[in-house]
Amino acid sequence: MIVPLDEAVRELVHDGDTVALEGFTHLIPVAAGHEIIRQGLRDLTLVRMTPDIVYDQLIGAGCAAKLVFSWGGNPGVGSLHRFRDAVTSSWPVPLEIEEHSHAGMANRYVAGASGLPFAVLRGYSGTDLVAHNPNIKSIACPFTGQELAAVPALNPDVTIVHAQRADADGNVQLWGITGIQKEAALAAERVLVTVEEVVDTLDPVPGQVILPGRVVTAVSPVPGGAAPSYAHGYYERDNDAYKAWDAIGRDRAAFTAWLERLTGEASSTSPQPAGRAL
Amino acid sequence: MTTVTWTADEIMTVTAARSLRDRMACFVGIGLPSTAANVARRTHAPGLWMIYESGTLGAVPDHLPLSIGDGILAETADTVVSVPEVFNYWLQPGRIDVGFLGAAQIDRYANINTTVIGDYDAPKVRLPGAGGAPEIAASCREVVVIMRQSTRAFVDRVDFVTSVGHGAGPGDRERLGLTGAGPTRVITDLGVMEPHPETRELVLTGVHPGVDTAAVREATGWDLKVSEDLVRTPEPTTEELAVLRELTGSA
Repeated sequence: MIVPLDEAVRELVHDGDTVALEGFTHLIPVAAGHEIIRQGLRDLTLVRMTPDIVYDQLIGAGCAAKLVFSWGGNPGVGSLHRFRDAVTSSWPVPLEIEEHSHAGMANRYVAGASGLPFAVLRGYSGTDLVAHNPNIKSIACPFTGQELAAVPALNPDVTIVHAQRADADGNVQLWGITGIQKEAALAAERVLVTVEEVVDTLDPVPGQVILPGRVVTAVSPVPGGAAPSYAHGYYERDNDAYKAWDAIGRDRAAFTAWLERLTGEASSTSPQPAGRAL
Repeated sequence: MTTVTWTADEIMTVTAARSLRDRMACFVGIGLPSTAANVARRTHAPGLWMIYESGTLGAVPDHLPLSIGDGILAETADTVVSVPEVFNYWLQPGRIDVGFLGAAQIDRYANINTTVIGDYDAPKVRLPGAGGAPEIAASCREVVVIMRQSTRAFVDRVDFVTSVGHGAGPGDRERLGLTGAGPTRVITDLGVMEPHPETRELVLTGVHPGVDTAAVREATGWDLKVSEDLVRTPEPTTEELAVLRELTGSA
């Protein structure tokens, strides 16, 4: 249950898998993404509502064949240049994209977590997303006849999230901005949770999201594993790192040098200080 | 009498802030919309209920967040909800008064593009994509758009309809089943545009001080009509400018 990160990624993530590393600005599993890059995984279908710089890095490293998403950018800074380069110039490999709105993606996960084949929402009507995505269809309400949008359930092979705490049985506490992490975990075949710390006993705190150990495949202790995003109660978002990524991601040579530094590093199973990992 | 000076961006932001009324529930996009909403909350709309799509409802940040999910939003919010909840329970049923959006391109019917410039399959520029904008534009009671004006951004037809404004004209929103009123104001660094009540086409209804209508028309990629009731934007007050500059760190 408690497994070092490199071992967990080796066991749970395979070439060709559909992988969701979720986190809505908060608790982004950056260290796990870097481990996927180090292990050289290929042909992944990467799923995430808000692919940000760690997805830019995975795409630039050539790990992804497809991206399923609703907003791909460097939040508050600008664009993802490795993502752009892959879409417009197929560098380093072509990247197929499947594009949704946030509401569409959120509901795809909800259907996945609910064991239903599809979700229904009022949205997408009149947008050009419909024509470019066969996974957005129109459906009539069986009661009122109202036209609504339908999107298929999303069930990743593996979902990876970062959280504040877990115990030895894999029960997970996650609080603050909870994003879509719970739904993404419940929709997945396998669930890896990286955590700031593993504790002997979890103090029950009402209102916190708890993923019970029975839905968690493995927990890896990775202090600082969400940096440069943040872990509420542990460390803050390193906004300077997000700004700094713009210059690195913009340039293939600068990115390649960054990638060589990352893959040359030892596996991140040794604790990393908060704010260090870009 | 002291002369107050300001930049084009500053009058745009202040004018956008004035579009928000006290106690409104406002779905806030990051960047210019967030700056303007935070100016409004610190001036004439202290009860503005700001919602960021990360799920923070009623955030009252003491500084501008860089991202929609910064910790300061969660720390200060009335409550923090999951992403499905913010979209399904709050936005979709029409509980939000105003959606405050930016865009890369907008057209004469206020349709918004944040997806690609050029062809979708061979884009000239790949933009971040839809995010929450399609449903914000569909379901908020009204939408205010804030963006800098140029012929590149204000185009006859957007390259990609990410979020529907007024479609191709009258009746389109109703036909598409969109529940909100759509964009009611577009605020730029030059002036203010509003949809014509009958044609739904954006018409210039306001210009900022020192800007003439010819300059606005020149920065617009279609033959922009000018309202007979064109107004001159009131100058930013010293208080508005002080609040804005303190927020953006340009004081």
